[in-house]
Amino acid sequence: MGDWKTITVPVLSSDSKNIFQYTSEKKITPLSMNSQVLRLPLPSSKSMHSFLSAFCTEENLEQSISYLNRELTTLGFPSIYAESKGKELNLISIINSMNELLVRQHKNLRAQEEVEMQHLKLGSDMDHLQNCYAKLKEQLELSKREIVGLQERDRQLQNKNRNLHQLLKNEKDEVQKLQNIISSRATQYNHDMKRKEREYNKLKERLHQLVMNKKDKKIAMEVLNYVGRADGKRGAWRTDKTEARNEEEMYKVLLSDYEQRQKQLLVENAELKKVLQQMKKEMISLLPPQKQKPKERCEDGPVLSDLEEDIGELNKENMWELSCETVREQLTNSIRKQWRMLKNHVEKLDNQVSRVHSGALNEKDVISREDHELETEKLELEIQQCKEMIKTQQQLLQQQLMSPCDDDTTLLLQDCYLLEERERLQEEWRLFREQKKNFEKERRSFTEAAIRLGLERKAFEEDRGAWLKQQFLSMSTDYKHSENVTSPSAFLGSNTAGFDQDNQLAKPTSRQRKPQCMLSDPVSEEPCQISQYITYDSAATKKSAGEIEPNQWVESDKEETE
Amino acid sequence: PSLRAQASCVQYRLVVREASTLQILQLYTCLDQIQHMEWSSDSLFILCAMYKRGIVQVWSLEQPGWHCKIDEGSAGLVASCWSPDGRHILNTTEFHLRITVWSLCTKSVSYIKHPKACQQGIAFTRDGRYMAVAERRDCKDFVSIFVCSDWQLLRHFDTETQDLFGIEWAPNGCVLAVWDTCLEYKILLYSLDGRLLSTYQAYEWSLGIKSIAWSPSSQFLAVGSYDEKVRILNHITWKKITEFEHPATVVNTKTIVYKEVEKSPSVETERLSFPPTRALASSLFSTQSKYDIAQVPVALQYVKPVADRANPKMGVGMLAFSPDNCFLATKNDNIPNSVWIWDIQKLKLFVVLEQLCPIQSFQWDPRQPRLAVCTGTSKVFLWSPAGCVAVQVPMEGDFQIVSLSWHSSGDSMVLLSKDNFCVCYLEREEV
Repeated sequence: MGDWKTITVPVLSSDSKNIFQYTSEKKITPLSMNSQVLRLPLPSSKSMHSFLSAFCTEENLEQSISYLNRELTTLGFPSIYAESKGKELNLISIINSMNELLVRQHKNLRAQEEVEMQHLKLGSDMDHLQNCYAKLKEQLELSKREIVGLQERDRQLQNKNRNLHQLLKNEKDEVQKLQNIISSRATQYNHDMKRKEREYNKLKERLHQLVMNKKDKKIAMEVLNYVGRADGKRGAWRTDKTEARNEEEMYKVLLSDYEQRQKQLLVENAELKKVLQQMKKEMISLLPPQKQKPKERCEDGPVLSDLEEDIGELNKENMWELSCETVREQLTNSIRKQWRMLKNHVEKLDNQVSRVHSGALNEKDVISREDHELETEKLELEIQQCKEMIKTQQQLLQQQLMSPCDDDTTLLLQDCYLLEERERLQEEWRLFREQKKNFEKERRSFTEAAIRLGLERKAFEEDRGAWLKQQFLSMSTDYKHSENVTSPSAFLGSNTAGFDQDNQLAKPTSRQRKPQCMLSDPVSEEPCQISQYITYDSAATKKSAGEIEPNQWVESDKEETE
Repeated sequence: PSLRAQASCVQYRLVVREASTLQILQLYTCLDQIQHMEWSSDSLFILCAMYKRGIVQVWSLEQPGWHCKIDEGSAGLVASCWSPDGRHILNTTEFHLRITVWSLCTKSVSYIKHPKACQQGIAFTRDGRYMAVAERRDCKDFVSIFVCSDWQLLRHFDTETQDLFGIEWAPNGCVLAVWDTCLEYKILLYSLDGRLLSTYQAYEWSLGIKSIAWSPSSQFLAVGSYDEKVRILNHITWKKITEFEHPATVVNTKTIVYKEVEKSPSVETERLSFPPTRALASSLFSTQSKYDIAQVPVALQYVKPVADRANPKMGVGMLAFSPDNCFLATKNDNIPNSVWIWDIQKLKLFVVLEQLCPIQSFQWDPRQPRLAVCTGTSKVFLWSPAGCVAVQVPMEGDFQIVSLSWHSSGDSMVLLSKDNFCVCYLEREEV
């Protein structure tokens, strides 16, 4: 019972208080001394010892043991008495329960520690949160105040603004009023001035009358002798002729002045046009040689060719003669197109340059592009200047010529004209092709006909030959010894009917272009060819007849066929 | 006009001198104090007008014995001038009742009624063919154009002005500029046959045109107004090409500002002698001035005019084109000590000359772009694109140059003061 650890005193003290309340009833005297000491909230170790010794003394040993037993059993510990009824203490159980109590005590102490720690933590947290809360509250207050202040300012500024607007309106109204006043005053003054002037004129007239009436003779001129005119001529009477001449002269003067001005303007115009043409050419020459993506190339290609055509057209015309609307419009439009292309080109170059800069730098390319850019800048400036000059020239010429032609209508007209031409050309092509086809068809048909004719001729020839043979045979028996009736020339006896028909035949055949009608040519050359009365001779004549025959018979065959 | 002779009048005497030597050729005496004197265009006659007596006397140079006197009598005389053919004299009677045309050849008289009482009411074309007269009837302004050869009335038309202030022909004789009183800014351009070509009005209500000048090629018309600006109109569209401002501070770095600076001559004490010679005395007390180039920006002397007086001293009051059409000289009455010279080819301010005293007058040399300026001191200032120089008139005492006039050949000029005149000869560079 000596060395008790006095770590957690308050618990013990509370316990001790309870215990003391209990035990103090039993033993007052021995305890009263100690109770005074022990009622202190934090007893010291000494008091602890005294307290510990005060609970159990030699007198109340059994009572205290039983009390302890009771307490322990209520707490769930096994009884400290031995199992037998006797008052033998179970030391093991006592020690166990003591140990258990100690363990519990430790646990409790730890728990207490933890709780205290938590308590402290929570307390500090609480403090912290309270501080934060307080700060935030302050901030909120501040910001609320600020908002209120800003709102105030805003309101004030709006008021100011409204006031200023009002002032401005007032000033404007005043200015308007003043202007009205000035104008009304001006008209009033003018009116008054006119009135005064009329009065003055009247006075002048009166004065003049008085003056002239009184001393009329004094106004005179004394000259020693007449002076000749400056140009030596005699003075002329003023007649209608002279009046007309004067008018004429005046108009001549005016006209010559206008003509001079017009000449100057034309000359200027021509120069400007030349400059523009040059610029256009240069612009065009700048564009193609630039190596770009193939896409752009083929985009530029057809456009350029069109423009080149246009340029060719314009260059053909005499620029210095034409000052009509269409040429002017063409020129300006073509230049604008060129300029747009050039601009696009330059932009693309710029992009390329920037890309090149971001990538690998090739100094050569960069420099050439820079040069190009400089050139284009210069051209740009020139073009703008020329454009402005052209605009002014256009205006001037328009005023002079006073032709109310519209840009759009001229363009449309041009386009229509070109379309018309194109359509016409297309039609002509079509016609040409058709004609070609027709001719070819005819040609083919004629060749076929010629071939057919040839074949038929052959066939007919054979038939004739056979028939003639028969005839000859039959006739030769009759006329063996008769004269040669016919000379080969008789074969060439003409049959007018046949001749005409022959000629008719010859004509269509000669019309054929190809020399497939060679067959008919010798036919047409022979003057008289067909004789129906064919007489036959000996074999020689037959041969010749045979030679000539086919022709004749062909013709007669033709006759027959026709 | 001729190159040979030069006339001057003193009180009632007319003195004609030889131009190169100033030797007196003739001396004529008139009846009264001469107010106005004018040569005829062929230099054979001189007219002397005496307004108080209403008499005009004409003298012949060739025949000193010839005389002619025109008496207007009670009609009075306000102005007198020659016609361009040199044989007619136009007299304006008092109160501008009428203009009388006296013929020296035929002794005949013509009258032009209701002439306008304004500064420039009569204008002749440069070739002397036509004369324009401003008239006013029934409170409306009219302009009559006469043929000078036979005084036939060619055209008579009314103008849309409130109160015509002046008329001036363009040098090509085809356009007549008519401008309104300063209460209304309006300038009208009429062609020779009386058609209205164009009107120009820059603004309303403020005081308007103060002076105008045609360029020698008739290409430009410079209009100077009370708002201290000059507006240039072109002859093709009669629209404003540009306007020139006359601010009190010159800021453009490309303009050259010449400032007249006085310097007193240094006196060498050794050379002083007693009694001092005249030359020395005059040179001691006269101050020399030279030109300094001032660095831009330069603030010029600005005079604010009195607000409640009529005809205030503000606005561009003097305009003159150089004969080669390259420069325009202007004077802004608000900045009375400076002459502004504008380059017409570039339409920019070229040079500003700042003098010490207010400028009295300036005139261009009729042959070259050379400007002579006088400021009421005894120095005459010359400017040309090559530079400028201040020339002192070598005279004893004061010689305040009030006006100057060039000889038509550009070799000499006459400097006039109140009582005296002097002729300044300019050497031509040997080429």
